[in-house]
Amino acid sequence: MLFISQLLNGLQLGSIYALVALGYSMVYGIIMLLNFAHGDIIMIGGYIALFSIASGVHPALAVVMAIVGCMLLAMLIEKAAYKPLRSAPRISLLITAIGVSMLLQNVAQLLFGAGARSFPSSSIINAQNLSFGGIQISITAIVTIIVTIISMLVLTFLVQKTKMGKAMRAVSEDLGAAQLMGINVNHVVSFTFAVGAALAGIGAILYCCRYPLVSPTMGSLLGLKAFVAAVLGGIGSIPGAMVGGLAIGLAEVLVTAVGLSAWTDGVVFAILIIVLTFRPTGFFGRSMMEKV
Amino acid sequence: MLQVDNLNVYYGNIHAIKDISFDIKQGEIVTLIGANGAGKSTILKTLSGLLRSKTGSIKFMDQDIHHMVPNAIVKNGLAHVPEGRHVFAQMTVEENLEMGAYTRKSSEIAPSLEHIYDLFPRLKERRRQTAGTLSGGEQQMLAMGRAMMSKPTLLMLDEPSMGLAPILIEQIFDIIKELHKQGTTILLVEQNAQMALSIADRGYVLETGRIVLSAPARDLLEDDAVRKAYLGG
Repeated sequence: MLFISQLLNGLQLGSIYALVALGYSMVYGIIMLLNFAHGDIIMIGGYIALFSIASGVHPALAVVMAIVGCMLLAMLIEKAAYKPLRSAPRISLLITAIGVSMLLQNVAQLLFGAGARSFPSSSIINAQNLSFGGIQISITAIVTIIVTIISMLVLTFLVQKTKMGKAMRAVSEDLGAAQLMGINVNHVVSFTFAVGAALAGIGAILYCCRYPLVSPTMGSLLGLKAFVAAVLGGIGSIPGAMVGGLAIGLAEVLVTAVGLSAWTDGVVFAILIIVLTFRPTGFFGRSMMEKV
Repeated sequence: MLQVDNLNVYYGNIHAIKDISFDIKQGEIVTLIGANGAGKSTILKTLSGLLRSKTGSIKFMDQDIHHMVPNAIVKNGLAHVPEGRHVFAQMTVEENLEMGAYTRKSSEIAPSLEHIYDLFPRLKERRRQTAGTLSGGEQQMLAMGRAMMSKPTLLMLDEPSMGLAPILIEQIFDIIKELHKQGTTILLVEQNAQMALSIADRGYVLETGRIVLSAPARDLLEDDAVRKAYLGG
């Protein structure tokens, strides 16, 4: 009984991590950048949804606005901050990403105040629980899992079957050869940021439905944990991000369930250390060896 | 068709290509031969826009392609099969070929695929396999087929024989001749100078970034200095 509701709980959390982790992994796969501003995109998505609902916009439209807002913001960040550094050393890009993350957090603090605001989650998903013969099932968890599955299916189709998706795979595998095919790398990079941010936007809404608080720093820990999930799955790998996200979510809930809730964050980062020590390529990561 | 004048390319401070001029006429097979590091690949990368020259001009079909981005150059009909093949190892053979036709309308892909499969029956057999599972010779065929999917008027081949067994080299060169017969102009870069000169109309000999000799391929095959340096006596 308890097991099932805990399992759902873990899958719910893991789904959110997976959605966010995909953004890290896809961007890394394309331009080898750990986009540490990705978590803060989620925070902006949360505020967009919060303010639009508060000003009377229909919740469904508010969700769409949050997702589109995240996409536009991510594309803007890429154009303004990362694109000029395309041929710079990777460390410059990384430092820039950390800078963008700080910028977003501080701008949000300046505009919206440092305190947390409560998120009207019940206007998006009815927060009541279902009860089946003593098992409490959270509707939010079910919706989260279903939305995540649909998102993953759409993403898989996009990456496997569409022209742009194939171009993404080509660029992530061999940038030079992709250029020789006539692929416009700038378009592909923009597209990748937009897709990653759309998933982050969906993740933002689902996260706010689980923890209905929005604050300027809400994205940083969520972002870091999703980053751990991406590394665990193998950074750059799309199925890896999905599996890694679920694994981290389940691990957190397991740690809480055995009564060590104070240790959840610690366990997640311990996983990062273990993965980086013993299997830096994660579950599905490409090895660094190149075939000659 | 292609006119290169006074091209200078640098890698940082290293002057890799020194004031090179050459031309290719429609319907020719032209080869650049020279030792490792002579600058052959650098020239091709500059022509396809992957590298930028410091000075000089590149005209292709009477258009200045010198400052164009690589995707625009492909669209103009210049395709480049890179050294080491660079197939997309995790994508299937057919997806690789589709990528080759990236600049073309999707309705034009199917007939081109058929054409490539006629030229390379092996690729048809293996079209659902990922490119990484192919042998070296098959990967070279895929790289060439992929480049042909953009319907180029000028095909640049960088070391197509590299690492292949003699029998495969023969096959690859037969295909090059076939592509040429079907109307594609060829710029061939080779360390295997004997093979390259045997199918080319004209050749240029490169030494440390400079063209030191240019002549009809037949003359180069018989030139004493060339024989000594590149044809093993």
